[in-house]
Amino acid sequence: MTEKTDLEELRRGTDLIKRGFARMQKGGVIMDVVNPEQARIAEEAGAVAVMSLEAVPADIRKRGGVARMADPADVEEIVNEVSIPVMGKSRIGHTKEAQILETVGVDMIDESEVLTPADNDYHIDKRDFTAPFVCGARNLGEALRRIGEGAAMIRTKGEAGTGDVNQAVYHQRTIKGEIRKIEGMTHEEREAFAREIEAPAELVHETAEMGRLPVVNFAAGGIATPADAALMMHHECDGIFVGSGIFGAENPPEMAEAIVEATNNWDDPETLTEISKNLGKSMKGDANVDLPEDEQMQGRGV
Amino acid sequence: MSVVAGVIAVQGDVSEHADAIKRAGDAKGESVEVREIRESGIVPDCDLLAMPGGESTTISRLVHSEGIADEIRGHVEAGKPLFATCAGLIVASSDAGDERVETLDLIDVTVERNAFGRQKDSFEAPLEVTGLADDEPFPAVFIRAPVIDDVGNAEVLASWDENPVAVRDGPVVGTSFHPELTPDGRVHELAFFENDGADVPTLE
Repeated sequence: MTEKTDLEELRRGTDLIKRGFARMQKGGVIMDVVNPEQARIAEEAGAVAVMSLEAVPADIRKRGGVARMADPADVEEIVNEVSIPVMGKSRIGHTKEAQILETVGVDMIDESEVLTPADNDYHIDKRDFTAPFVCGARNLGEALRRIGEGAAMIRTKGEAGTGDVNQAVYHQRTIKGEIRKIEGMTHEEREAFAREIEAPAELVHETAEMGRLPVVNFAAGGIATPADAALMMHHECDGIFVGSGIFGAENPPEMAEAIVEATNNWDDPETLTEISKNLGKSMKGDANVDLPEDEQMQGRGV
Repeated sequence: MSVVAGVIAVQGDVSEHADAIKRAGDAKGESVEVREIRESGIVPDCDLLAMPGGESTTISRLVHSEGIADEIRGHVEAGKPLFATCAGLIVASSDAGDERVETLDLIDVTVERNAFGRQKDSFEAPLEVTGLADDEPFPAVFIRAPVIDDVGNAEVLASWDENPVAVRDGPVVGTSFHPELTPDGRVHELAFFENDGADVPTLE
């Protein structure tokens, strides 16, 4: 055996480490929580991480006004409560909120359209951070622009706070469909397609060669039941974010546990049936087909 | 006859392990079939097993609720190789010092979760590992990694800053870091095809 170590060669915050962290979340469920008690319930139910925020998206919708990063003292309490990773949401383009979250010690930052955007034109330059970022996307262009800015994980935007899985399905199908399309293209066709979708060309080539996004791709935005989670896994998502769907349900601990088990058993209808029984009421939700465009969050940050 | 390798796939970086096992098999001239295990009944068919990185609370919960835990114990009792990384090592250990993780007691070490800190403290560094195919340092990636703080009968294969981070105990090899995240297949080769303490029936 050897005791020899070379501390000088230690490196932090590399793409491998940021993307590696995201890979460790695969097959798991990341749950929105607003206080340490909820964080503890999520951890006990088998969540792989919690997303710490001031209010769940359904409440942000109801409340209106400007939605901002949570109070760092509240985030810190959650960080101290659980042993699993804690994520936090910053506004789109709000580099300072992201730096505060990184300083508090969150393990991943969600530059999120659920909060009110701070910058109409630019996202955060995520390459400068040691903490990895996750960003939402509706299509391949958005996903690859975010990866080009340094995102280590992509999630569908869906339509947060609605409890309606429709838009998450649409965004995931759109991204997978575009990937299938570029797989069949020649080099010069991919170059032209990259210009068309305003994505970095090298990422279009990389995605086409891999047949998938070069980073982990989760589902988010409207997932409210175990069957919803299983549906998104069926659509080849790598894992699940659940926002208002857990603590907006009648029995949060049971719902949380059921969604974790459904994410593992997504391709087994019999087990899924048992998991789905007697969970009480799911969050009420709002069919997002009725939402006027100015109430939709998904158009923020393209 | 091909070797059947199982990857415990209830949660974590499963496809990375599957790819790493195939690379290790190729390097050793073995044809390997990889199965992902999310339910009971598959482990008994496997010659080799990997427990991936991920969240140890989630993985330990699901291997018990899915009835896979006892099958993994049976695999190790039969002397067949198991390779566990990071969260996998925590679940395989004899004690994680944390009631939130129900360990399987497959390897005689106690571990401390997240002992290297949070994600901002995660790091990569070249690491000398005993028993690899050559003397080149291994590109080790530590992500919210545990340290091994008490080594019972296990043999220490590598240490970082005087903390053991790779161990072998009979057929089981465990690392705090993630060899599956790099293209270097030497630790997978060591754990599965070069471990004298383990027995791969189809290779005989």
